Amino acid sequence: MTYKDLIIIGGGPSGLCAAKTALEAGISVLIIDRSEKLGGQLVKQTHKFFGSKDQYAKTRGFDIAEKLVKDLKNYENLQILINATVVGLYKDKVVTVLNNEKYVRYQAKSIIVATGASEKFLAFENNDLPGIYGAGATQTLMNNYGVLPGKEVVMIGSGNIGLIVSYQLMQAGVKVKAIIEASPTIGGYKVHASKMTRLGVPILTSTTVKKAIGETEIKAIEIVSLDEKWQELPNTSRIIEIDALCISVGLSPMHQLLSMVGARMKFVFELGGFVPIIDDNNQTTQDSIFVCGDAVGIEEASSAMMEGYMTGLFVAKHLNHPHPNHEKLIQYYEEQLKLLRDGPFGEKTKVGLSKLKEGDTHA
Amino acid sequence: MIKVIAMRIERHPILDFPKKQAIFFMFEGEKVMGFHGDTIASALHALGIKTLSYSISKNRPRGFYCAIGNCASCNMIVNGVPNVRTCITSLEENMIVERQINKGVIK
Amino acid sequence: MLNHRGIPTKAQVLSRFPDAKALLRPKAILECYEDIPCNPCETSCPFDAISIGSNINLQPQLIVEACTGCGICVTSCPGLAIIVAQIIKDQAMFKLPYEFLPYPKKDEIWHGINRSGDVICDAKIQSVLFNKKQDHTLQVTVLVPIDYLYNFVTIRAKHE
Repeated sequence: MTYKDLIIIGGGPSGLCAAKTALEAGISVLIIDRSEKLGGQLVKQTHKFFGSKDQYAKTRGFDIAEKLVKDLKNYENLQILINATVVGLYKDKVVTVLNNEKYVRYQAKSIIVATGASEKFLAFENNDLPGIYGAGATQTLMNNYGVLPGKEVVMIGSGNIGLIVSYQLMQAGVKVKAIIEASPTIGGYKVHASKMTRLGVPILTSTTVKKAIGETEIKAIEIVSLDEKWQELPNTSRIIEIDALCISVGLSPMHQLLSMVGARMKFVFELGGFVPIIDDNNQTTQDSIFVCGDAVGIEEASSAMMEGYMTGLFVAKHLNHPHPNHEKLIQYYEEQLKLLRDGPFGEKTKVGLSKLKEGDTHA
Repeated sequence: MIKVIAMRIERHPILDFPKKQAIFFMFEGEKVMGFHGDTIASALHALGIKTLSYSISKNRPRGFYCAIGNCASCNMIVNGVPNVRTCITSLEENMIVERQINKGVIK
Repeated sequence: MLNHRGIPTKAQVLSRFPDAKALLRPKAILECYEDIPCNPCETSCPFDAISIGSNINLQPQLIVEACTGCGICVTSCPGLAIIVAQIIKDQAMFKLPYEFLPYPKKDEIWHGINRSGDVICDAKIQSVLFNKKQDHTLQVTVLVPIDYLYNFVTIRAKHE
């Protein structure tokens, strides 16, 4: 069994950034990722990112992934395992991995769970028809594999993912017939919404999908309008013919390994679902098991990166091997996180994080 | 013969999709084609095949949902092995891919 | 309007346009109407003509006298929310970001589109700029009749 200072589960933006600062501090790191390529969901992001220079603003997502991976080159203390799914996490910091049909165990002094998030689903009649995909899934299909999800689609959800993926669908040559939003206002950045309106794609607020129509695969959807109490308005039913439906109704933290290892969890709506209770160093209630990125609360990749850098630093200090610039860097990343969360879009996260800290935080 | 629908992106304003090597595999007894770099699910989708299996109790057609290995909607039998998450499994030459109709029998 | 359909009001749009005299030279129109954490427009401008400050959530302000209308901000904005406008006699010249295929070509006539996505006029393609720094975002210069100065925002290909 291989023994490391730190095992990072998940090689997405937060995991890669945690590796960077941990390696700089001089500890040994093993990154385990289930995909062929490191970079997590950044790999399929073709749009230019927001934030400031330190979060690689105006750089396309897949280029950010490349930069983060390049940043880790030449560290002797780094081992990377790809195409490897972590299937178990245990209190004694043992990680079990399924790698090419082989079951392998690793152990470390500390663990960072950076498993990201999973797309949520929506309840409506026939929602299990083939051709109904998560918005992220259509992005994966288009941008990673060069396959069109359909020729004519509808997007459910007007959050940033829904708006951005709609734009990317149009870039790939797919006709987006409408963006459907149940709430009365558009959820994501208005600049993203404006891009879609300019393309002639209607954004229908206070509207929801009632049912999907098709025998063996989706052929159409029925949409209805909603009143202020989110109830269906009579006589507002419309049928839209499509060959794929994209659902973008939010992300949920991938908390499974944390629940398995016995970390105390809390359901916080604003953070996307079940998240681990953490202290000020992103440590869960299980000794030496840390967490960062979407797994501890749904935010943007820019926040995931800053959180990752900080958690790498926290772990190094925890192992009595602090980064020589620990204090300065923590302060800097905290300021960056504060900036990212200071606008109106950061409110939800701030509410969520304070709810997480409410009540007893440790057993 | 399964009808090949034009579902592949050839030109894209941001990304390059260079021509890749063709891979032949079996789907439900028919010889079909995908490309190097495909997953089983993406290759099937490009062929217009959206139904990957049937649900366990009600036998309803089922396709993939998340495409990154989280939801297990894409389970198929590959080379006789059931419950293979086809959305994250790379396509290989001569693979035998079949729709799964029950929980899968481990042989 | 912005929050319900993604379309800014006339007042919002006009608030981002410098006066007609200033527009005799090309000027950037910063259509960022919402506080979001973002500042590449400020950091990309070689003339320090865009100001946001240390709180990157604030909306960018244009320093009109300093702006040369070079269009670097047009292809730097991740939200594609910036265009450059200029009044040239009875026409309006615009520099736009564009990220679709097929690419427009010089002298072609394309549809001129407003912020609601409607076709409102013809747009003549003057030039198309494409360099590595723009990272796959084209900078397209077009001419439309002056009447559409405050309505025109982008182009769409004509289909035969």
